[in-house]
Amino acid sequence: MYILKIIIRNTLRHRLRTGLTILGITIAILAFGLLRTIVGLWNVGVERSVATRLITRNAISLVFSLPISYLDRIRQISGVKGVSYGNWFGGIYIDEKYFFASEAIEPQSFLDLYPEFILPPEEKTAFIRDRKGCIVGRRLAARYGWKTGDLITLKGTIFPGQWEFVLRGIFTGAEKNTEERMLFFNWAYLNESLKKTTSRRADQAGFYMIGINRADDAAQVSQDVDRMFKNSLAETLTETEKAFQLGFASMTEAIMVAIQIVSYLVIVIIMAVVANTMAMTARERIGEYAIFKAMGFRGRHIAGMVFGESLLITMTGCLMGILLTFPVGSLFSGMLGDYFPVFEVKRSTLYLDITFALLVGCIAGIIPTLRAVRIRIADGLRRIG
Amino acid sequence: METGSNSNSIVSIKGVAKAYQRGNQVVPVLEDISLEIERGEFLALMGPSGSGKSTLLNMIAGIDKVDSGSIIVSGVDITTLGESALADWRAAHVGFIFQFYNLIPVLTAFENVELPLMLTSLSRRERRDHVEAALSLVSLDDRLDHYPSQLSGGQQQRVAIARAVVSDPSILVADEPTGDLDRVSAGEILGLMGRLNSEFGKTIIMVTHDPRAAEKARTIRHLDKGVIVDVHP
Repeated sequence: MYILKIIIRNTLRHRLRTGLTILGITIAILAFGLLRTIVGLWNVGVERSVATRLITRNAISLVFSLPISYLDRIRQISGVKGVSYGNWFGGIYIDEKYFFASEAIEPQSFLDLYPEFILPPEEKTAFIRDRKGCIVGRRLAARYGWKTGDLITLKGTIFPGQWEFVLRGIFTGAEKNTEERMLFFNWAYLNESLKKTTSRRADQAGFYMIGINRADDAAQVSQDVDRMFKNSLAETLTETEKAFQLGFASMTEAIMVAIQIVSYLVIVIIMAVVANTMAMTARERIGEYAIFKAMGFRGRHIAGMVFGESLLITMTGCLMGILLTFPVGSLFSGMLGDYFPVFEVKRSTLYLDITFALLVGCIAGIIPTLRAVRIRIADGLRRIG
Repeated sequence: METGSNSNSIVSIKGVAKAYQRGNQVVPVLEDISLEIERGEFLALMGPSGSGKSTLLNMIAGIDKVDSGSIIVSGVDITTLGESALADWRAAHVGFIFQFYNLIPVLTAFENVELPLMLTSLSRRERRDHVEAALSLVSLDDRLDHYPSQLSGGQQQRVAIARAVVSDPSILVADEPTGDLDRVSAGEILGLMGRLNSEFGKTIIMVTHDPRAAEKARTIRHLDKGVIVDVHP
């Protein structure tokens, strides 16, 4: 307790220096927490993938489609519970800056396969029955103030033209990280339109979504699907939903790696700042440590004082950084809501914050502690005066 | 290690030598010093700068190592003790009074005096009694909660003396205790040290440049170039 009292008072001795160091740590922990959260959110699609769903696409590239005739053949494969299909639509609402994801899907099979999109039964029925119907996520509807029955017009990019949809339902996510900023419409509407305008693009699915009975069957079913269409005009590549999402995430991996490196650099920089503060502190107090030793205090007492101060400073900064992460995270959530489904600081990020703060406190305290402990009393006393 | 020595000696120094390494050069500081200091003695060590008097004092106090020879204090050859044992020995047997008081600035007068007692098994209540008695002895019982920066130089040195005596050590070592004080404060400190010696029987070994301070001692020893050159009874 006595050492703790000395540590606290020593910490408050140079209030400006301590305050600035704590501020630096606070900002570093805040930045680290936010950057780690962004990296985590980038992979949210991967995290929310379901192990009992597979995605089949054209083996050459996702850009190329697959014949709709594959549907019945896939259904016959052992282990397959259900199959749906869809096309990435990529429509633009009003302006490019209002972009949100839109897909053409087969309503009944899709909603059966994706129970995380929760629709009231009457809205689900209305959507299935209306070929020009669409459903949107709760957050997307809230953003534009849409309500069921509204007419939504998208400008097609992959499928040119003005596409009109009637909003038949607003879905909510079963999980916190379920995507609620998407629009789904009936694939039949797209297909029939294509038959009239560009018939060569009709009866094609961008991808198949396959539900399987057991996650353990994923590899076997994937092989069976791909084997079935081997040497055909459109060979397939089937992978788990997670692997499919990882493929998307890997496209931006370099950016994520850069963000991760920056987040670690922030920690290294603050470590240097704290180490500098502690080195200055220990140098200034070397005479005092010599007095303590002269009176019979041991190396462990001195180490406790220096290490304790280093840890107190870093953990105070860490605590403030963590406390600030939540309001700043909320602010980010408002600003970046269009890019991430949820901006939630994970518990693991907070554990990392604490771990790194402890690490910074310990490493920054090592050299000053060694100097303080090893100082010869006579040499230390000579520095006073 | 318990070692035999003159029954009335509290400090027995035999053939002590010390040299410092400066670059490639070995600079001798003390050469074959032998000295007996009796229990209850008030000894002043005098000599010019660089004569080795502070080094000798540090060795007697167990804060510097000898190159050769032995120093027996209260029957213990402290030159044979390891770092930890020496730290325990200092805590139990030596009280320090420094030129620049060397109080811990973040602790009050009370807490500074209490510091050596933190290494003992005394209860909080016992510590309080000891500290109050020590501060009362140096007439600072009305300054318990003052920080060093709120005290004059003389008062700080009195707190330092209280800290030195609070654990009732065998010997008090004082390195230029009046070197940073005005004449009046220096007189008070020397008077206090004289009282500690005469009334409480404390053995005091004091290094000083100041002949007036040395006059207060009962014995004066002169060092020059690392050897004892003169004795004044």
